[in-house]
Amino acid sequence: MVCESGNAKLDMYLDGELPEAEMRTFDAHVRSCHSCSADALTRLQMKRTIQVAGRRFTPRAEFRRRVQQDIAHKPQRSLGLGWMFAVAAGVILVVGALMSTYMGTRSDRGQVFSEIADLHVATLASASPVDVISADRHTVKPWFQGKIPFAFNLPELQNSEFSLLGGRMTYLDQTPGAHLIYDVRKHHISVFVFQEQSLRTKLDDNSLSPKKAPFNMETWSQGGLRYFVIGDASAPDIDSLAKLFKAAS
Amino acid sequence: MPLFDQLYNFARWLTRNTEDAEDLVQETYVKALKGFSSFQLGTNFRAWIYRILRNTFLTSRTGLRVTMTVPLDPEQDALELAVENETPETILMDRSNSQLVLSAIDDLPVQYRETLLLCEVEEMSYQEIAETLCIPVGTVMSRLSRARRTLRAHLGRKLQGEEAVMEVAKGTNHGL
Repeated sequence: MVCESGNAKLDMYLDGELPEAEMRTFDAHVRSCHSCSADALTRLQMKRTIQVAGRRFTPRAEFRRRVQQDIAHKPQRSLGLGWMFAVAAGVILVVGALMSTYMGTRSDRGQVFSEIADLHVATLASASPVDVISADRHTVKPWFQGKIPFAFNLPELQNSEFSLLGGRMTYLDQTPGAHLIYDVRKHHISVFVFQEQSLRTKLDDNSLSPKKAPFNMETWSQGGLRYFVIGDASAPDIDSLAKLFKAAS
Repeated sequence: MPLFDQLYNFARWLTRNTEDAEDLVQETYVKALKGFSSFQLGTNFRAWIYRILRNTFLTSRTGLRVTMTVPLDPEQDALELAVENETPETILMDRSNSQLVLSAIDDLPVQYRETLLLCEVEEMSYQEIAETLCIPVGTVMSRLSRARRTLRAHLGRKLQGEEAVMEVAKGTNHGL
């Protein structure tokens, strides 16, 4: 049996939901009250059992790949006509060998786009999206010294609609790089900078942005560095920020 | 992909089958990316994406079927467990405690199951759960309390049933 004073609060106590002062008082009570401490132990065991049992299901690897591909570029709808499939199958057989190399590259590009989009989303979702918080490029740029194995220039933003929010280190293809976040009319845009030679996936300029992707994206190589600009802002905004970077580099 | 494993696990518990869970997660990611501009920087991303998943579930065929069987005002009604159709033999087959817990969680009505899983498995705060499910914090607390009470009662009954069956089985063995 649980004592009357403890019964109502025990679950909140174990969930860590009591206010701090009350938590301390109740903790002292539980330690001194035999019935409350016994019941707390039982409930804690139940919590742990539910925690373990509740993490029962894991997604199939094939499903994970399918969703990644779906996010990278939504698949085209088939026309549903049998003869078209037959013709398509014939064409695929004829050009399959020629296409395999191209498709491999395209798949890599899709993968890179997916990873860049993931980095962008995960960073914005974080409670602290930037490690150096400053609108001053002369503060943000030196922050990367000694953290990444290259240097890059940040554009002057005067007379533009963009503002710099800050930056952080990031990784792509196990390569360190810089991640900068800009703001334009409440839209957040990420700019990623990596050493071109360190990336395993070789990319062509402006070849990445899938037509049906939820984000607009631009990429180019300049001075041995690979730049990615991505965000849900309009394509002209993404292009304007990319131009500012190109001019600064 | 952020929270992929966790979202799948939660979806699987909601839908109770792999195919529907996969459809639900896939649709959630597509909707999240399409509507990412509606996400406010600095607000809780986890609550936001779980809310998309849950809303998608509620409007799905499986979700509609489930919610149509939920009492209109479940917070006011005392929760009664469904009549158990298990025989002593089926309980004997279900030996381990973890299996008992799994089935007890699965038997919970969906509004208690989702609240309990968000708290215990996803380790969300009451406030986060309230944001995810679009309900007041007080309702989160009452649902959690009911879910735990129901689970304890369910497990207690099953374990008592097991013990009784074990006694019967022992008696039968002695008689042989």
